[in-house]
Amino acid sequence: MPETVLRLKGITKRFGAQLANDDISFALQKGEVIALLGENGAGKTTLMNILFGHYTADSGTVEVMGTALPPGHPRAALAAGVGMVHQHFTLADNLTVAENILLGTRPLWRLGQGDARARIRDLARRFGLEVDPAARVADLAVGERQRVEILKALWRDARILILDEPTAVLTPQETEALFRTLRLAVAQGLSIVFISHKLREVLAVSDRVLVLRHGRLVGEVRTRDTDRHQLARLMVGADLPTQEIPPVPEGPPLLELRAVSAPGLSAIDLTLRGGRITGLAGVSGNGQSALAALIAGTLAPTSGEMQAAGLPAGPGWSPQAAIARGIARIPEDRHRTGTIAAMTLTENAILEAYGRPPFSHRSWIDWRAARSFAEEIIAGYDVRCPGPDTRISLLSGGNMQKLILGRALSPEPRMILANQPTRGLDVGAVAYVHARLLEARARGAAILLISEDLDEVQALSDEIRVISAGRLSPSFPRGTTSQAELGAWMAGHGFDHAA
Amino acid sequence: MRLEPIAAPTPARLLGLPLAALALTLAIGAALAALAGANPLAVFGLILKGAAGSRFALLETLNRATPLIFTGLAVAVAFRARLWNIGAEAQLYAGALTTVLLGTGAVAAPAPLLLPLLALTAFAAGAVLLLGPAFLKVRFGVDEVVTTLLLNFIMLLFVSMLLEGPLKDPLSLGWPQSPALVPDARLPRLVSGLRLHWGFALALAAALVTWAIMARTTLGFEMRAVGENPAAAAFAGMPVPRVLLRTAILSGGLAGLAGFSEVAGLKGNLTLDLSPGFGYTGIIVAMLAMLHPLGVVVAGVFVAGVFVGADSMSRAAGVPSYIADILVATALLTMVAALKLTRFRIRSG
Repeated sequence: MPETVLRLKGITKRFGAQLANDDISFALQKGEVIALLGENGAGKTTLMNILFGHYTADSGTVEVMGTALPPGHPRAALAAGVGMVHQHFTLADNLTVAENILLGTRPLWRLGQGDARARIRDLARRFGLEVDPAARVADLAVGERQRVEILKALWRDARILILDEPTAVLTPQETEALFRTLRLAVAQGLSIVFISHKLREVLAVSDRVLVLRHGRLVGEVRTRDTDRHQLARLMVGADLPTQEIPPVPEGPPLLELRAVSAPGLSAIDLTLRGGRITGLAGVSGNGQSALAALIAGTLAPTSGEMQAAGLPAGPGWSPQAAIARGIARIPEDRHRTGTIAAMTLTENAILEAYGRPPFSHRSWIDWRAARSFAEEIIAGYDVRCPGPDTRISLLSGGNMQKLILGRALSPEPRMILANQPTRGLDVGAVAYVHARLLEARARGAAILLISEDLDEVQALSDEIRVISAGRLSPSFPRGTTSQAELGAWMAGHGFDHAA
Repeated sequence: MRLEPIAAPTPARLLGLPLAALALTLAIGAALAALAGANPLAVFGLILKGAAGSRFALLETLNRATPLIFTGLAVAVAFRARLWNIGAEAQLYAGALTTVLLGTGAVAAPAPLLLPLLALTAFAAGAVLLLGPAFLKVRFGVDEVVTTLLLNFIMLLFVSMLLEGPLKDPLSLGWPQSPALVPDARLPRLVSGLRLHWGFALALAAALVTWAIMARTTLGFEMRAVGENPAAAAFAGMPVPRVLLRTAILSGGLAGLAGFSEVAGLKGNLTLDLSPGFGYTGIIVAMLAMLHPLGVVVAGVFVAGVFVGADSMSRAAGVPSYIADILVATALLTMVAALKLTRFRIRSG
């Protein structure tokens, strides 16, 4: 007789007119991994926030180990043994790993003491969560920060782990490591709720899949009895669109880097040609950000030669200069650098072009022109929103990304920097972004696609370059390289010497 | 207890909560008045009468509002760009100083030339005083809260030194005050026979211009963007340091105009009690106005009215005029809370 550790009964939550969760019930057994699958906005995160006490449900109950949790008490959930690892981490950057783990479990003045470090190391070893307890969180890579989050939950004796889109920020290798950790945790009697919209991962890690759509539980299947297609149909309510990549004639070189060095990059040679998508694969933190910053104009080369649209990009290289040369930039982080949360869609739409006609004349902004531009993007890029005067922070990630896409692509740029363009987006939005990038490729634009999703890089790119420790691999044309080979380059093998 | 965001606040919430804040402020004021042994209704009646009960009272309130509008605008502009200008007091004195330096006979020109010159130099003086801290902020990351705050004391002591020394009026019988402005350097009265001067009209014009800059120009857009998210502004190609320096010029300049307006419109000379903390009260005015330039006019008149009304009430009812400070402070606190609650809902547990 399996032991039920968590039971949700008839959870319903309304936000205004929107029904975020509609009468959802399920039970989690001890030692089980269930996946909560659904597109962005399907109600997954709301449900988990109710379970964890961040929101109060309009009706329904949450039981942990047979006892009902009082609604709206995160501490009660914690005390009952529920640990949550959020999509956006909740760590204090200026504290060490050990201090972050201990924070809230003992008085502040005892945080710095070293006695706990050995126990943290031990815990980390048991669950395969390698991380140095003495390291400052600010110095950690994203994957390591997530391990700290999980350790934090384990330190508080969590028996149930909830992971909200844990792989959204991870590389394939880090994802594998996370899955190993989850298997170790299950083997030690923990139970896991794994929230995701990525079919492959759900199939790889879970015992049972619950599918949410528009706030309702539309399917519950055992993982071993299902496959990608069934899950996709359940999740989207229709079959997945398949992307075709038509041949496009190769255009002239538009962006060229010759032996370019900058902090984090050594002697980069890179040519982006019209009608070509160049995919940049690599483990995060190997120089992708620096290369993106170079092309976006926020970083200038320290040596070497860079040319954009045939003109040198030397001293005075800046975001304005990059935009003026016709480089469209889709930034890595749409919340931090892509948009301004407190501003409207209209204001965000003209964030780059406000200084030029038709949006301004002699420093006076023409808000009518700005608004109609925003309306064009909303219509042309399928941005779901109440209107151009809405604050952008009220939009979902996918719709925010569509606005950024519209802002970047409407002027029909000749070069496109697409840095993690689909990170954290749902299936529909990902397909949309891909289609728009391919459209730009067909138009003759040169595209650099930086992504930690190797599947995405392989599916879209005409050629792939791997970045490792600030160096670029040779170019691999489409279909000539396996994931294993790329993985070897990503790990740093094959580079003749440290340049 | 925690806050849950509200996606679309109802009009009732948007209007009702600020009104409730006002009611709460009045209730607290009433309680204090009762505690002081007076009839609260009578006290409020006297405050209202003292602030707006007659032509004279109303004009006096507008007079007092004038410097508050300037400093309120200065703070509103700076805070929009998250440039924390706590130094409007010093910038006000800088503007006052250039006004007496040039307006006491050093420059001989007819009023239509001299007054714009004095206003411009006062603007420039205030701007320069804030440009220093702003430059240190963008170049070296020096916290402008500290530098602008400390400059207030430095400036006041500097003015004090000048008033005791080279700027001292020989006819002042030892009193530390500057010589009087020449007649051509005085702002004329708006209403003849009453104290309200053209400084008030200038303050209204400044509010309109500031509003137009913030809402309609590329600079205003840049200032708001830099204030809300400097990383995104920089990525979009905005020259963030230059935007902050321009903000400093506008903000410091507006506070400098307060000094010009007080000296040229009201006092006629410079003394150390020119400003009873207009620079600091400007912060309250700006916050009450939610940093909106036109709201600053309303908030400035409101705060001035409370002070002027309370002065006259305390003479009549014997309740200390400190009640004005309490009313203004309570209004600020309740209003900030009310504005927060228009967008968030309190959930217990």
